[in-house]
Amino acid sequence: MSEFLDILALSVKSLVSQSAVFFALMGVGLNLHFGYTGLLNFGQIAFALLGGYGVAISVAMWGLPLLVGVLIGVVAAFVLALLLGLPTLRLRADYLAIVTIAAAEIMRLVFRSTPATPITGATRGLSGFGRDFYAVAPFETQRTYDFLGSTWTGREIWAVLVGWILVTLFSLLIWQLMRSPWGRVLKAIREDEDAVRSLGKNVYSYKMQSLVLGGVIASFGGMILVLATGSANPDQFQNANTFLAYAALILGGTARVLGPVVGSMILWFIIAFTDAGLAALIRNGIIPSEILSGPDVANIRFVLVGVGLMMLLIFRPQGIFGDRREIVLDAH
Amino acid sequence: MLISVRTRMSGQLAARILVVALTGFAVFLGLAVATQTSASAEGETIRVTLATSVSGPIEGVEVTVTDDQGDEVAQGSTDEDGRFEADLPGPGEYTVAINADDLPEGVTAAVTERPVTVAEGGVGRTAFALSDGSTGQGGGAARIPQLLVEGLRFGLLIAICAVGLSLIFGTTGLTNFAHGELVAIGAIVAWFLNVSAGLPLIAATAIAMAVGGFVGWLNDFALWGPLRRRGSGLIAMLVISIGLSLGLRYLLNIIFGGRSQPYADYRGQRANDYGPISLTDKDLFSIAISLVVLVVVALMLQRTKIGKAMRAVADNRDLAAASGINVDRVIRFVWIVGGSLAALGGVLFGLSDEVSWDMGFKLLLLMFAGITLGGLGTAYGALLGSVIVGMFVQLSTLVIADELKYVGGLLLLIVILVVRPQGILGSRARVG
Amino acid sequence: MPTNSMPTDTASVLRHLPWNIGVRKPDPTIVVDDLVRSFGGLTAVAVEHLEFQRGAITGLIGPNGAGKTTLFNLLTGFDQPNTGQWSFDGRSLGRLKPHQVARLGVVRTFQLTKALSRLTVLENMKLGAQDQKGEKFLAALLPGWRAQEREIEARAMDLLTRFKLDAKAQDFAGTLSGGQRKLLEMARALMCEPKVVMLDEPMAGVNPALTQSLLEHVKNLREEGMTVIFVEHDMDVVRDISDWVVVMAAGRVIAEGPPESISQNKDVVDAYLGAHHDAPLTAEEEELVLAEAEVAIAAEKAEDADLPTETTRGL
Repeated sequence: MSEFLDILALSVKSLVSQSAVFFALMGVGLNLHFGYTGLLNFGQIAFALLGGYGVAISVAMWGLPLLVGVLIGVVAAFVLALLLGLPTLRLRADYLAIVTIAAAEIMRLVFRSTPATPITGATRGLSGFGRDFYAVAPFETQRTYDFLGSTWTGREIWAVLVGWILVTLFSLLIWQLMRSPWGRVLKAIREDEDAVRSLGKNVYSYKMQSLVLGGVIASFGGMILVLATGSANPDQFQNANTFLAYAALILGGTARVLGPVVGSMILWFIIAFTDAGLAALIRNGIIPSEILSGPDVANIRFVLVGVGLMMLLIFRPQGIFGDRREIVLDAH
Repeated sequence: MLISVRTRMSGQLAARILVVALTGFAVFLGLAVATQTSASAEGETIRVTLATSVSGPIEGVEVTVTDDQGDEVAQGSTDEDGRFEADLPGPGEYTVAINADDLPEGVTAAVTERPVTVAEGGVGRTAFALSDGSTGQGGGAARIPQLLVEGLRFGLLIAICAVGLSLIFGTTGLTNFAHGELVAIGAIVAWFLNVSAGLPLIAATAIAMAVGGFVGWLNDFALWGPLRRRGSGLIAMLVISIGLSLGLRYLLNIIFGGRSQPYADYRGQRANDYGPISLTDKDLFSIAISLVVLVVVALMLQRTKIGKAMRAVADNRDLAAASGINVDRVIRFVWIVGGSLAALGGVLFGLSDEVSWDMGFKLLLLMFAGITLGGLGTAYGALLGSVIVGMFVQLSTLVIADELKYVGGLLLLIVILVVRPQGILGSRARVG
Repeated sequence: MPTNSMPTDTASVLRHLPWNIGVRKPDPTIVVDDLVRSFGGLTAVAVEHLEFQRGAITGLIGPNGAGKTTLFNLLTGFDQPNTGQWSFDGRSLGRLKPHQVARLGVVRTFQLTKALSRLTVLENMKLGAQDQKGEKFLAALLPGWRAQEREIEARAMDLLTRFKLDAKAQDFAGTLSGGQRKLLEMARALMCEPKVVMLDEPMAGVNPALTQSLLEHVKNLREEGMTVIFVEHDMDVVRDISDWVVVMAAGRVIAEGPPESISQNKDVVDAYLGAHHDAPLTAEEEELVLAEAEVAIAAEKAEDADLPTETTRGL
């Protein structure tokens, strides 16, 4: 029983953990792309990678102040969005999908390649760039605190706190944008681009704005991730993470301001609970280790997410809190 | 809305999904037990192999293994098979270094140090990228014929995998992100049959192709067919295929393990010289098999009734249906053919680059590059485009590091989409 | 003739023009010259010279695949021709993007209505308003656009009341009936305050009860000084409201003149009425019809491919 409580406490911690923050920020950006504008960005992780490495390289390799690193990360994400969007936003939706997923894979391969070692640290990645970040924390980051039934280091709390402040700010930004005429144009583009064109709106420009803003939001996710974990490593930015973010978004409900945020929290609760639960079942011999061993548990989450993503889209595309009627409207 | 699948779930669909889930689980259990028994090593060891295609195994190179503290834990030289093996004190991060001075003349190593992570009870394997003086000849233009032939081999195997992807897109409009997993399933099934069950690789390949065809059929029978019939949107189906790809890929990781593994047959072949190029027998056969299979596919498309029906459906589904073609049957056939071709491509890729759980995903993006280059949805375009992509990937090693060669292919993909999104053989009207 | 009952200046001016193809109009707004668009080997549109009279209602008719919709697409920037020029009020429209054409005051509707399903009817309407401050990214973040938004909303409600859609203002547009969508689309186009309204089959799929009210709305547009160009199949409708009729077949203009001239025109009867209404098809005609159908398919494909969302529609 106490073991179960431990698992539960761990899962509760995951609700607000750095992973939940990271995927919430990726998801808020994706929601703008996919939920509101109808863009299929399958390379969201590339924007996070640029944000994370923007900070890591600027501070650890070039010795620049943290804020300059943040700026560099944002600018890099901005430029990537322009590069990806310019050729593809005029074409069919699946072209953007293929180009973005290819770009994300290119970035990861390049960042982890041996020739890139002097800049990115290749497979070992970079570390030791977080001092300024933790120095400004208004509380002692060296000790641990008990909170929500689990133990947190001061550093964790600071990273997660800053992360959730960012999530809140960006959610407010999206909320304000989506009730403005600007947001109305975006939603209209999702419904039918040609109708919007015929009403004198420059669809291409709006899609570009959406791609850039959503990408920049994801770059902040990458920054929080590397600051919280204390290292920037190319394998933190696996392509599969983009689809975890999609799963979070669809779980919470697309085209709702809080959809990706709630979705990310729930997703990480489920992941932490199954991870810890399976590990416990293996440890106690309930699942024989011939079938599932310790290292496999981390992979199970992707299997579950994959199957979950399929099931959601097949049986409940509006997400767990979504309104059925909006989806039905579409099936005409 | 994009994700608009009609949500009324038919009992039939639910039942089918359950069947698939159960089948998948049963296969998973069976294979998982097989893996566990096959890898029954005790304690942790490290294994280093040094060889090039021309010189064969390299003997007498000094190898040093250090742990993450920088302490030396093992040292020795490679044996006549080019192997070095040593026991490790425990799982963890190690660094393997080779003494480049010991390498034979003409052989150079791109890196002399590599990190290795060894899991509990696992075997840490590592190989060093050695460039071969005899083929390299100082690099540059002299390598071009060799790289072109290697590119042809690689391109043909991409083509074999991609023909199905392209035909599925052509006949159903689905951009199937889970096609890479069909490739990996084929390679892995053949690996288990070959390595665990001891079947000759050729027999294993035949069975793997049958399994691939079955998995293709199952895809259509249990998932895509029902979704198509209830009128799911293409974008929704695309995201569903992403979910399927993700789930299958990591399931394969659990079943097969995270490491690359070679087949038991045709290992360590030495290359034969053919004028300016040198090829191992398996490379030569790989090219021959690919060519024969692709010619057969082309003949089927051109001559047979079902092939003509496939092209008709790809051209205009409604018109084909109106003229009495059983569209569902054609699509199911496309899935079966596509699945078994993908399995064959997987085995060929496993022969040259070892079998790994994520090999399908690596190839998927190159397949997209190939079929985009050729023109989405056209079978011949996929073929031509894939060969060009394969050659481009190999030739790009002239100017960029070997480990980045796929990046070249993916960049090519992006450039094509910018310059000529309809591909070489595609018509302008398709993309607008 | 119903048109005679409401003689306007423009209508009576047109009455005196010769019934020739490419005839000069006294006050043309849109002028087309040597416009050619082909898909593969098939010529979808080949118009030598065509003028549309300002302030008049011009009906564009022709059998299926005659190139009417392609002509609409070309004139509004949704498709690009192989060769040719066309201008609006003396300003060349060649190579302009659809939204640029719309901003100049040439606004179109679509054959398959494009009501934005998951926006409310009111939101659909508000989208039509031009020069909205709040449609700029940075301005959207500040409250400065609210005053303009209230004006737009008032104007939208006015129009909705005229089109008898005011009760539906807060409903999702996806819940409207086919005829109501046609009305909404026309009303939304008016939100742009256009000079020229191009309606692609405004009556198609509309139940007869609504047809009359739609016709009245179209006539009102003329009274308000707008130029109307519309594609229609129903000859009664065309006769009822048009000041001038242009007949297309196989991409060419085969006749133009006042509505009463059309039914007397032998070419029209042959190409349009003959081929589709009576007499069995000759082999030659059959081929023509097939070719036209192919062009129509090609045109649809081209249109489909142009827009990402198009592939996702009708899911």
